[in-house]
Amino acid sequence: MAKYLLLKHYRGAPAAVNNVPMDQWEPDEVDAHMQYMRDFANRLRETGEYVDGQALAPEGMFVRYDGEGRPPVTDGPFAETKDLIAGWMIIDVDTYDRAIELAGELSAAPGAGGKPIHEWLELRPFYGVTATATATE
Amino acid sequence: MNEPLLRELVPAVIGILVRRGASFAAAEDAVQEALVEAWRVWPDDPPRDPKGWLVTVAWRRFLDAARAEGARRRREEEVAETAPVGEIRAGADVDDTLQLYVLCAHPSLTPASAVALTLRAVGGLTTRQIAQAYLVPEATMAQRISRAKRTVAGVRFDQPGDVATVLRVLYLVFNEGYSGDVDLSAEAIRLTRQLARHTSHEEVAGLLALMLLHHARRPARTTADGRLVPLAEQDRALWDTRTIAEGVEILQAALARDRLGEFQAQAAIAALHADARRAEETDWVQIVEWYDELVALTGSPVARLNRAVAVGEADGARAGLAALRELDPALPRHAAVAAYLHERAGEEATAARLYVEAARSAPNVPERDHLTRQAARLNARLRS
Repeated sequence: MAKYLLLKHYRGAPAAVNNVPMDQWEPDEVDAHMQYMRDFANRLRETGEYVDGQALAPEGMFVRYDGEGRPPVTDGPFAETKDLIAGWMIIDVDTYDRAIELAGELSAAPGAGGKPIHEWLELRPFYGVTATATATE
Repeated sequence: MNEPLLRELVPAVIGILVRRGASFAAAEDAVQEALVEAWRVWPDDPPRDPKGWLVTVAWRRFLDAARAEGARRRREEEVAETAPVGEIRAGADVDDTLQLYVLCAHPSLTPASAVALTLRAVGGLTTRQIAQAYLVPEATMAQRISRAKRTVAGVRFDQPGDVATVLRVLYLVFNEGYSGDVDLSAEAIRLTRQLARHTSHEEVAGLLALMLLHHARRPARTTADGRLVPLAEQDRALWDTRTIAEGVEILQAALARDRLGEFQAQAAIAALHADARRAEETDWVQIVEWYDELVALTGSPVARLNRAVAVGEADGARAGLAALRELDPALPRHAAVAAYLHERAGEEATAARLYVEAARSAPNVPERDHLTRQAARLNARLRS
């Protein structure tokens, strides 16, 4: 098994195919999307591939140390151009191919007009593991 | 096995060990171990005297621990020296359980530590259960609890304390809701109920009433798939009328004593909501009056924000917006309230924009999704 992080972006990823903000969808399209996301996570729980999923609020700032006895420097709120992560899901799967398959499924979540969003998701392998099938075959 | 009964015994048993000379930290550890033992043994071999059993096993564990540290003699001397066994018992009618609540909510503790310590030492939950409820690793929670115990190590067990700090901790637990196996709201109610048996403080009754009145409406507050249902749209047949009646009764008894506090005022507002069989029957004028009391008592900006909503219902959306204008727009949920009032005032485009803004600053995912849905609903209406 190998763990992967699926990252969803508020911004910073290439534009989705069906790129309409959620508040412009029909209300039942919003419901259908939420249901799809819940079903997806539940399916992975059943297959034993789900590890964790969390959503992040859009606000935030950069912080850094500014030297002995001084308060940390903050830089925020974020500039409009900053890559902004909306949330993540961690999955634990047998193969790299399975990780891609699942990311593809998640990206197919329905959006405006009930059509898939085709959202770009970032797929990141965790260190310390190898994707068994593709690495050894 | 009766889990609530078992856990109810915990504070008293800790109290007894402390009177026998154990430090609070050691007593708490020993009782926690005795609890684990009880879980294992009781199902097959239930004791005739559960409390006596716990005291015996916990005391044995305490002595074992003291020996294992290789400090038997020193401890025994310490115990002999400070042993207030007869002293406290004779000298004061100190209520161990009450003292334990106060100690676990000690002002030197951070809220997170006070909550964790209360759930373990007063609530009798295991570290694992508490960790699960707060979605942190068990090791993290164990560390938080042992640090909390070190923090209060120097606090005398029989010192008078402020019940208000205890209530704040219990209210924090209540508001955590439920995730995982432990229903923290139900646990907070159990602990507040237990506290109410040990003190006649009106605000304890007020908090208990508030919790019951909120808890009674929980089944209607979300759909099966986790969607939030606004108060006005809730299926009131799902409200637990028995719990509401109990909350109202407790509240009335507290109010009759004429020592108003913030929890009683909040409970009064909850009672007025619970009293309306349909949303339209809500007595908003009285609710505004209670918010006035609450604002006078606390000066809380959150109370003022909620008051603006009530004013909007009692005197019209314009009046609500006027009340809102006096408040800091940076307040949490300010945009959500503004969106709601603007929609009521017929300004749908403004409301839709504000709902989007409110969704961006929502404090949790269910609220964010709810606010996004509101924006989508208005935008769809504006398109047609």
